[in-house]
Parts: sequence; structure tokens; C-alpha cells
Amino acid sequence: MPDVSKLKETAKQLRLDVLDMIYKAQTGHIGGSLSAADMVAALYFYKMKHDPKNPAWEDRDRFVLSKGHAAPVLYSALARSGYFELSELDRLRQVDSHLQGAPSPKTPGVDMSAGPLGQGLSAAVGMALAAKATNKNYNVYCMIGDGEMQEGQIWEAAMTAAKYKLENLILILDRNKVQMSGTNDEMMPIGDPGEKFESFGFHIIRIDGHCMEQVTAALDEATETGCGKPVAIISETVKSKGISFMEGLAEWHGKAPNKGQYEIARAELERGLE
Amino acid sequence: MVANRFAYGEELHKLFGENEKLFVVDADCIGGLNCKAIERDYPERFIECGISEQDQYSIAAGLASCGMTVFAATFAVFTTMRALDQIRNQICYNGFDVKCIGTHSGLETGFDGGTHQSVEDIAIMRALPNMRVLAPSTPNMTRKLTRLMADTYGPFYMRFGREGNVELYDENEQFHIGGSRLLREGKDVSLLACGRMTEYSLQAAELLYKEGIDARVVDMYSIKPVDTEAIKAAMEQTSLIFTIEDHNIIGGLGGAVCEYTAEACPARVVRIGIDDKFGRSGSAKDLYEKYGLNPVRIAEKVKRAFSK
Repeated sequence: MPDVSKLKETAKQLRLDVLDMIYKAQTGHIGGSLSAADMVAALYFYKMKHDPKNPAWEDRDRFVLSKGHAAPVLYSALARSGYFELSELDRLRQVDSHLQGAPSPKTPGVDMSAGPLGQGLSAAVGMALAAKATNKNYNVYCMIGDGEMQEGQIWEAAMTAAKYKLENLILILDRNKVQMSGTNDEMMPIGDPGEKFESFGFHIIRIDGHCMEQVTAALDEATETGCGKPVAIISETVKSKGISFMEGLAEWHGKAPNKGQYEIARAELERGLE
Repeated sequence: MVANRFAYGEELHKLFGENEKLFVVDADCIGGLNCKAIERDYPERFIECGISEQDQYSIAAGLASCGMTVFAATFAVFTTMRALDQIRNQICYNGFDVKCIGTHSGLETGFDGGTHQSVEDIAIMRALPNMRVLAPSTPNMTRKLTRLMADTYGPFYMRFGREGNVELYDENEQFHIGGSRLLREGKDVSLLACGRMTEYSLQAAELLYKEGIDARVVDMYSIKPVDTEAIKAAMEQTSLIFTIEDHNIIGGLGGAVCEYTAEACPARVVRIGIDDKFGRSGSAKDLYEKYGLNPVRIAEKVKRAFSK
């Protein structure tokens, strides 16, 4: 059973780390990092089989952060898991750091580079196929953004995942409804993502991505469907979740807060999610 | 005559029997790359993703991240342009063990026309950090280089054409990354060629000999890294270097040779290839005539430049 209250505290810590990292660096993507925080916390501190002391463990579960700009929340989860020192978070995007703007295997615990959107799901398909071919039973989790669904390659990968019945592949859609220049609806409406992935052959689970009970239950359901289909968790979220003046706004997709904004934001995150 | 692309699939099938980490990720080119036997004998390691080259190369990266050695092939235009982003950001950036294969390269693709004839694939692949680029000339060389890639960790691009190829090498001949092979001694000019143009350059050298020009011919199958010793030798032993390739004169073998000579051993280099143009439909024979890349036309160009 998941310790939901502890996981909520962990998610809060990841959010604080994200804010601190981006404020210190004065660069980085805060909106999509905060929307993904609860799911990333549940993956690294509840669901995934992984060993920070042995990042190359062959039987580990894989996580591909296809929406690579949300790297700060991943880096926080990796540091808090023990893959590297917490102090390294202070060097986000700096020339002497392995913490690149988007994830890269230079960072311990990262298996796949990301950043150019639309590519991660295919890479996750490759990882899931490798598991099947080598009779390993690890799962592959891949988080994409909703704006990322506008990339055609997502649908190439969806077809391949269904063709090969990759029930060990769990797609997580961080459905925060906002992309760099505006809402999905303003830029390119994506309709009902659940229906789309269902029609491509996925088993669909719809949740409130900020409700830890639902997040953990969805992850447990995802690995135990027994339906021989890849799974898509449609995780309804809010861009910049936890910082009221940033929530749902495209302008906070990739902007760093100033000192005054930082202090207000930190106080809000400290109080925690309602 | 066997086409290099058939020799590739044949050798890969042998390698599959020796190495259980090998995978093929295909994009609807099974027959063209002679991979039916792999699909039949090793179905769990043969991934067919249909006509989706971006998916193809990203899947290859995912497999490679799990310790597999992956061969992914399609038409050179699609390998190097449709899937360039994936090859760059998921394969080369991570240094993953994926062999990117481009078949039907150059004008030799023929009737399918300019959209399907890669005239810039070498230039594009050569510019990618971590990428090595090979262009075999014969079936035996293709077999050896396929094996060499399987045994050498990291990203490669290998290109070959559509048509059958003559054999110039014994099956025990050894090749290496960064190597070349001197095929004909000569004291007047050096013809540095790759792929189909190696065979044509040998024929051109015969024609030139009758005209009193003694041409040295080198098979430059490794374009990145390029054999700088071979370029240096060409410069020292002959007064004029020609590069000959079924590719744009910009950025390919000619570019690689000129980059070296410009810095290391100033020498006059004449680049023979496709003169910064797109191809068009036609038989390979007619296209090589039209674009000046058959043995007669190559010999004419060499003679003209040598006489100046």
C-alpha cells in the first residue's frame, strides 16, 4: 500500500526543489515541472523498481521523460533518491554540471535523452521491446506533454506499441492543457486524448494527476491490467500547480521568477497543496 | 553481380547467429535490404515499424539504451533526412550503438527520381558529432564493414546504392575504420573514390592510361574518419588529386579530403560528383552519363584538369 501522506510530502519537496533550482539558475521550465511533480514523486518513491546505488541494474524499470523540458522535477527526484548529491541541483544548466537543460544520460539515473518533443514514446517502445526479447519483466514509463501530442511521431509510436502488445509500456500524459505560447486549444486542439489513445489500442486510465490516491492507484492498475495492451494514464493536471499566480498560464512555461515572486511562491509551496 | 545492399542483409543474418544482442528495426524495406531471413529466423529481434522512419530510429535508440546493438536501414534520403532529428538527438548525442544504414543512395536510385536520390546524405551524417561514415564499394567490403560495425561500439552511417556491384576484393581482405585501399598505382594523378565510383574510377584510369595519364586509384571507403595518410600520400606521389563520388561535391568525400588538404598539405583537389543539383528520373546508366559520372566522363574531366 502506498504511504500517500508521505508521498504528498515528497511531491511538495520536489516542487520546492524545482522552484529553488530555477530561481537560482534564472533559467528552466517551471510550469511543466510542477504539473508533473505528483506523478514523478509516485513513480520514483512508490512504483518504480530502481536502485540508486546501481543505476545500470538490468532489471530496473525505465522512465523516459519525453517532455524533457520538465527536467528539473526529474533531477530533484533523482537527487532525493540518492543518484547524486542534492547540492548538484544548485548547478542546473551550468557549464560544469551534468544537469543539462533537457535530460541526458550524462546524469546518473537517466536512460534516455529528451528535449526535442515527440521522440520519447518511440524510445520507450524500444525499451519495452528489449524487455520482451530478453525475457525481462521490467516496466517502461514514459511521460509526454499534451502539447507534445501535436508531434506526429507520437502516433507512429502508439501504433507500434499496440502492434507489439506492449503491456509493459505505461504512457503518462501530463494533461496540463497549456503549452509554450498558449493553451492547447489556442495552438492546436488535441481533442480527447483518452479517446485518441484508446482508438490506437491502449488501455486508458483517467485520473486527477494531483490526487496522490488516484495517481498511485492508476500506476498499480497500469501494471496489472492483464489485457495485453499498452496503457495510457490520462493525468489531468494544472500547469505550475501549487503556485497560484503561475497556475494555468503559458507565460510561466519557461520563465524564472524574480526575487519577490520567488518568495511568494516558496511560501505557497511550503503551505502545500489544498 | 550482387548488390551491396544484398550482401549487407546476408552478412547481418550470419551475425545474428553469432550475437544475440543484435536487433533489426525495419521500416518496410525488408526485401530491399535482404532481411527476410532475419525476420524468419529471429522474429523476436526483428522489429517492423512500418513506414515510420522517425519511430524506427527512436526505437533503435531505446533498444540500444538497454544494451542492444541495432541495425536500422531504409532509403538513404529517409535515414538521413526524415530521421535526422532522431539520429542526432537520441543516437549520436548519447553515443548509442546504432548502425544507421542508407540504401539506394545517390543517382543510382534511378527511375524513382530526385526525391529519392540522396545527394547530400554523407554531408549531413558527417557533420554529426560521434557519427562515423562508411561507403563500401563492393559486396565483400560491405560484408566486412557490416561485421566491423557490429563489433565496434557506437553510431555509424553506412551508405550504398541500388544496383549490382562488381567484386574487387578477396573475401579475406581486411578493412578498418579510418582506412582506405590502394587499388592502382600511378604517378600522375590520384583518384580518390568511394562506393560505385571506385569501380568507375578504375575504368577511368584504364582510359586515361591509353591517353598517357597514369592514374593512382584509392578506395576511400571510410569517409569519417577519413584516411589522412592516404590523402597525404596522394599529395606527395602525384601532382593532382581528384575526389569522385555519387554525391554532391559539397560536404561529402570531396569535402572531407579538401578539409584535410587545406590545413595539412595544401594541394590542388578537383571534386568530381553531383554539381550541387538534384537528380531526376532515368536509368542509372543514363543519369551517370547526364551528370558526368561514368568512366568516360570521369576520364574526360581528369584529362581536362590535368592538362591545365
